[in-house]
Amino acid sequence: MRKILLALTFLAIIVITAVSLMKSDVYYPSKVTDLKEKYTKPNQAVVDHSQFPILDQHFDKPQDVTEACVSCHNKRDQEIMQSSHWNWERPEYIEGRGIVYLGKKNAVNNFCIGTQTNEQACAKCHIGFGMSDEGFTFTDKKNIDCMVCHDNSGTYIKAQNKSGYPDPALNLNEIAQHIGKPTRDNCGVCHFFGGGGNNVKHGDLEMAMFTPNREIDVHMAVEGANLVCVDCHTTENHQMKGKLYSLSSMNVNRSTCEQCHGESPHENTILNEHTIKVACQTCHIPTYAKANSTKMYWDWSTAGKLKDGQPYSEEDSLGNHTYLSIKGSFEWDRNLTPEYTWFNGKAKHYVLGDKIEDTTKALVLNELSGSYSDFGSKIIPVKIHRAKQIYDPINQILIQPHLFDDKKGEGAFWVDFDWNEASQTGMSKIGLPYSGQYSFIETEMNWPINHMVAPKEETVSCTSCHTRENSRLANLTDFYMPGRDYNSFVDGLGKFIVILTLLGVLAHGSVRILMSKKNKKAGK
Amino acid sequence: MKQVYIYRSFERFWHWTQAFLIFFLGLTGFEIHGSITFFGFENAVKYHNIAAYSLLIIIVFAIFWHFTTGEWKQYLPTFKNLKSQIDFYLLGIFRNAPHPTKKTVLSKLNPLQRLTYLGLKLLVIPVMVISGLFYMFYRYPQGQGVAAINIDSLEVIAVIHTLGAFLLIAFVVAHIYLITTGHTILSNLKAMVTGYEELEDESEDKELKTENEIKLETNN
Repeated sequence: MRKILLALTFLAIIVITAVSLMKSDVYYPSKVTDLKEKYTKPNQAVVDHSQFPILDQHFDKPQDVTEACVSCHNKRDQEIMQSSHWNWERPEYIEGRGIVYLGKKNAVNNFCIGTQTNEQACAKCHIGFGMSDEGFTFTDKKNIDCMVCHDNSGTYIKAQNKSGYPDPALNLNEIAQHIGKPTRDNCGVCHFFGGGGNNVKHGDLEMAMFTPNREIDVHMAVEGANLVCVDCHTTENHQMKGKLYSLSSMNVNRSTCEQCHGESPHENTILNEHTIKVACQTCHIPTYAKANSTKMYWDWSTAGKLKDGQPYSEEDSLGNHTYLSIKGSFEWDRNLTPEYTWFNGKAKHYVLGDKIEDTTKALVLNELSGSYSDFGSKIIPVKIHRAKQIYDPINQILIQPHLFDDKKGEGAFWVDFDWNEASQTGMSKIGLPYSGQYSFIETEMNWPINHMVAPKEETVSCTSCHTRENSRLANLTDFYMPGRDYNSFVDGLGKFIVILTLLGVLAHGSVRILMSKKNKKAGK
Repeated sequence: MKQVYIYRSFERFWHWTQAFLIFFLGLTGFEIHGSITFFGFENAVKYHNIAAYSLLIIIVFAIFWHFTTGEWKQYLPTFKNLKSQIDFYLLGIFRNAPHPTKKTVLSKLNPLQRLTYLGLKLLVIPVMVISGLFYMFYRYPQGQGVAAINIDSLEVIAVIHTLGAFLLIAFVVAHIYLITTGHTILSNLKAMVTGYEELEDESEDKELKTENEIKLETNN
C-alpha cells in the first residue's frame, strides 16, 4: 500500500512537472478587455460647425463649400492632394517592373474593367468634382469634395454619371454645418458598392456593415464595440492606413489586426505559434458574404443581348442580377468559405499594355506573392473573383473598352452595344493598339478577406485544416501539416510491419494452443 | 522452483508508467496523424505533449537507475545461446521443451530479449525522443527555435516520428504476446506486477542469488 501511494505521488509529480514545462515562459495577457474599455468611450466632437458664420450661408456650388473649409483648415487641401483617394494612384514598386504609378486611374480589373474613358460615371466615387474623360486637374483645391467623407448629416450623395458632382437638390448649407469625423456611412457609400452594386467586389464589405450585428462583424457590431472604419484605418494628415491588393503592390502601410491585438494575443502557446505563418483572418473569418451575396463570376462575353432592341436584366430569387445586357452574366454566392493563399504583402499586377504570355489559362490580374519558405509570408483568406473579359487575341493584350457615355454614337458599349467600336474607342483614347479583333479570356482577381471577423465561438476549428479530408488548406501543398499530410510509403510500411507482427503472433499462438492440446492428449 | 524477487519497485513503476505513456502517446499521436478521432485534435496535441514530457522525465530517472544499480549490464548483447533461443521459439515451445536460457536476477533477459531491448533503448526510443523534440520545437523556416540547424520542413521529422510509432506498435504487439511464453501463461505478467517470480533453483548460482537477495532485502 505504501509503495502504491509512493508510486502515485511520484507519477503525479512527473505529470505536474510535464504540464508546467508545457506552459509558455512568456505569457501575454489578453488585451481585449483593455481594448473594449478604450473603444466604449463615445467619440466626442471637439467643435460645433453649425456655430461658424462662414458655413451659415447658401452655397451655389459644392466648390464654394470646399473654399469655406480650406479657409480655416488651410494646408489640409495639400494633404488631400497627396492621397490616393484624390490621385487615384500611388507609386508602387513592383518586382521586375520597377516603380509604377498604379491606381484606379489606370488599373484594370475583372469587374467593370477600368475607369479610363469612363470617368464621368466612375467619378461618383472620386473625392472630387468634375473628373471626366476630358481630363481633370489634380491641382485645383476647389475641386476637393470634403463633404463626401465628412458629412455627418447623412444626406450627402453624389449624382449618377455627373463626374463626381453631388445631387443638385442637396442643401449644402445644412451639410456644411454638420461636418465631422467620417462615419461608416461615409466610407461605405463607395467601398460597399464598388463594382456597380452592393457587395459586388469585396465580399466582406457591404451594406450589412452599416449596422452589423455580432454574428456579421464582431468589431463593428452595433450592440458591441461599434467600431467605425477609421478606428482601424487610422488616419494621419489625411493618409489612411490600409489598402487593398487589387491596386497595391508593396508591403507598406497595411492596416492590421496586430496594431490593436499584438503579435501573440492567445493564451494558448500553440495558437500563438500559428501566427508566425497564419494570418489572424484565416482562423477568425470562417465565412464571408454573411448577409448578402457577393459576385463570384462575371462573364462579359454574353453582354450585348437585346430584347426588342432594348437592354434588359434578369435576377435570381435573392434579387441579384444574373444578366445585364450592358455587363453580361453573373454568378453570386453568400456564406462563402474563403480560398487560401500564401501572402507576404507584395503583389504583381497586370498593367494595361502587358502582353499575355499564355492565353490558354486564366490570367491573374493581381498575383499575390508568397510561399511557405518565404520569410514573412502568411496564409490569408481570399475571395477569388473569376471572369471572362475582353482582350485582343492578335496583340495579346487586355482591352480597355469605352463603356460609358451619355450619348449614342460615341462608341460606348453601354449605349451602342458594339464591342468592336467600344474597343476601338477605348484603346485609341488610352494610346494602346487594337488589332480590330476581340475575344474573351478567363481572368482571376484575388481579394484578400479582412472584415466580417466572427465571434470567438465561430473561429475556424483545428480540424478544419488539420484533417485528411476536405482540409481548408488542401490547396497549399508546399509544406507538411500534421493531421492533413502523411507519407504514404511510410504509413504503408508501418501498417505492413504491424499487421505482419500481428499475424505472426496469432499464428504462433494458435500453433501453441493446438500443440498443447495434442500434448495433453498424448500425455493422457 | 523458488519465489525470487526479480523486479524491484522502481523497475516496476518505470515499466508500467512507460507502458501507459507509450500507449497514450500512440493513441494521441495517431489522432494527430489523422488516423483516428478520439480526444479531438486540439486536446490530442495538448495531451500528447504532456505525455511526452512525462515520458522524458521518467526516462531520465530510468537512465539514472540503470547506471546506479548496474542494471544496464542486463542489456549487453550476447550471441551465446542465441541460436538455441531462436530454435526454442520456433520449435521447442510447441513441444513443451524447457527454456534454453535460465532466468536469474543477474541475467533476466535471454539473448533475443537482450538484442530487442537494446535496439529499443539505443535506437527506437532515442529516435522517437529526438524527432519528438524537433517536432515540438520546430518553428517554421527562418522562425525561432531550431532555426540554427536550418530544417526547412517538418516533413522529415514527422515521417521519422511516424515510422518510429509504427515500430513501437509492432513491438508492443509482440511484447504482449511473448509475456505469455513464461513457465505459465501469466507468470511473467505476475512477476512484473508483484516483483516475484518462480525461478528454477540452480545450484551453481545459488550463492550469488542469495547474496543478491540479501542486498535487496536490506535495500527494501
